[in-house]
Amino acid sequence: MKITENEVRYIAGLANLNLTDEEIHRFRADLDEILTHIDKLNELDLTGVEPMAQVLYEAEETATLREDKEVQPLGEALALENAPLSGAGYFKVPKVIER
Amino acid sequence: MDIAKLTIPEIREGLLARRFSAVELTTEALRFAKEENPKTNAYLHFSEERALAAARRVDEKLARDEDPGPLAGVPVAVKDVIVTKGVRTTCASRLLENYIPPYDATTVARLEQADGVIIGKTNCDEFAMGSSNENSAFGPVRNPVAPDRVPGGSSGGSAAVVAQGTAVVSLGSDTGGSIRQPASFCGVVGVTPTYGRVSRYGLTAFASSLDHIGPFSKTVYDSALLLRVIAGRDPMDSTSAEAPVPDYTAVLDQDVRGMKIGLPKEYFKGLSSEIGDRINAGIEILSKLGCKLQEISLPTTDYAIACYYIICTAEASSNLARYDGVRYTRRSPDSQTLQDMYRNTRGEGFGAECKRRIMLGTYVLSSGYYDAYYLKAQRVRTLIARDFANAFTEVDAIVTPVSPFPAFRLGEKVNDPLQMYLSDIYTITGDLAGIPCMSVPCGKTAEGLPVGMQILTRHFDEAGMFRLASAFERAGGFAG
Repeated sequence: MKITENEVRYIAGLANLNLTDEEIHRFRADLDEILTHIDKLNELDLTGVEPMAQVLYEAEETATLREDKEVQPLGEALALENAPLSGAGYFKVPKVIER
Repeated sequence: MDIAKLTIPEIREGLLARRFSAVELTTEALRFAKEENPKTNAYLHFSEERALAAARRVDEKLARDEDPGPLAGVPVAVKDVIVTKGVRTTCASRLLENYIPPYDATTVARLEQADGVIIGKTNCDEFAMGSSNENSAFGPVRNPVAPDRVPGGSSGGSAAVVAQGTAVVSLGSDTGGSIRQPASFCGVVGVTPTYGRVSRYGLTAFASSLDHIGPFSKTVYDSALLLRVIAGRDPMDSTSAEAPVPDYTAVLDQDVRGMKIGLPKEYFKGLSSEIGDRINAGIEILSKLGCKLQEISLPTTDYAIACYYIICTAEASSNLARYDGVRYTRRSPDSQTLQDMYRNTRGEGFGAECKRRIMLGTYVLSSGYYDAYYLKAQRVRTLIARDFANAFTEVDAIVTPVSPFPAFRLGEKVNDPLQMYLSDIYTITGDLAGIPCMSVPCGKTAEGLPVGMQILTRHFDEAGMFRLASAFERAGGFAG
């Protein structure tokens, strides 16, 4: 077994996901199967192989820099428009600090 | 005018000859799309106002005898993971059910600058995660060719609308095959350009080192034209490449005689016989066109699924952290603390596949596992990219099947996530290497299910890919 239900609960906490007991049970089995498949990578000899984080191609060093030019920002009203709760120009959330 | 069969050149011709106006065409396209949509559920919503405004601009240009843009009056559908200002963009997720973006994706802006008419947003797997379009919070899409079957995923809606004729062309996104696989299942052309070829500004991020935007169409010509419109450097996306965009349509008639084509042996061993037969018949056509075929080897292929599902889930777990109930998603009510609010919002809002990938991604990135999973996968990715680089020293293009099997039945694979992941085997390698790849129709199985052939070329050689695809389409009589 690659992963236990307790580990699944721990990972769900890290990911800020509230899962039901049924989901914990199911994801344990799913992740176990996938992680077992992933073990296949251990067959490869990766000595001296550099990790590839991104597709790269030839370009000037500054090719991806944009011009430093002022642009109109979205603006407060528009930025807040999709917020489930806002007020006084801010996103509102449940209380973070006890007074 | 048969609205379901129109192509871009036919629309241009009709507009310039004043056989119909852009507003007439748009009105008819919207009417037809709305009428047909219950059969497939391919559209999530229509953008009628915006479409008619774009059409009026085209008619005004025509009235002034101005030359309209290259997509003048063309009804376009856009996958609902690409943001459209003022038009709901849900990513097929409950979390974003009511999200109205305050800006346009660069691809959307470029479509409209070219006088394209965006008529609606297409269904897909939630946050583009899936291979069957069954992971949408708003119901699955049905394959227009065989309604008991899936259209493929994740861009299932974008493929289905083109196959159904309810849009002339569409945009999809591809992270591991999400354009090519649905294109093959629905019998249309689908293109994943070079990584960085098309700006992702305004594409909802899934796995940033793998995400692409690309076109769907009935003909190779239409995809070539659409790609030219949306491609090119964008200051708003630092990963978009500073590389000239050629006129891809100019090379489509060129001869492919003598073109060297590699057939990777690893891609032909696990095929269903019906797919194998069609692909082999397709290869025969290439041979008759004078292409030089040779067997090649891409030895790391067997490790690609494991590599891909580490990298894409790791990046997804990070990218999807932003859906937390604070800024733009719906929020779970009645949570007492901020932490509870995050957990409840995400637990209630994400569907099963998103949760599964967030969990796997969080696991492989968690303390103590980074080297064993993520870093190792990145090293394997180097080997996969190297396989292709080596192959392209010998050949100009690589030809493979797109999927090991044709469109499967709704529900057939939904309970076995690993089997679903394994079905992506032929498409994920192109994304990992970042090379251009596409699916071009290659006939049908005895049951009448479409089969797609994949063409892959070197970085930024979309022109070579289109040239081969176009010659193949003509010789095989496959233009939709």
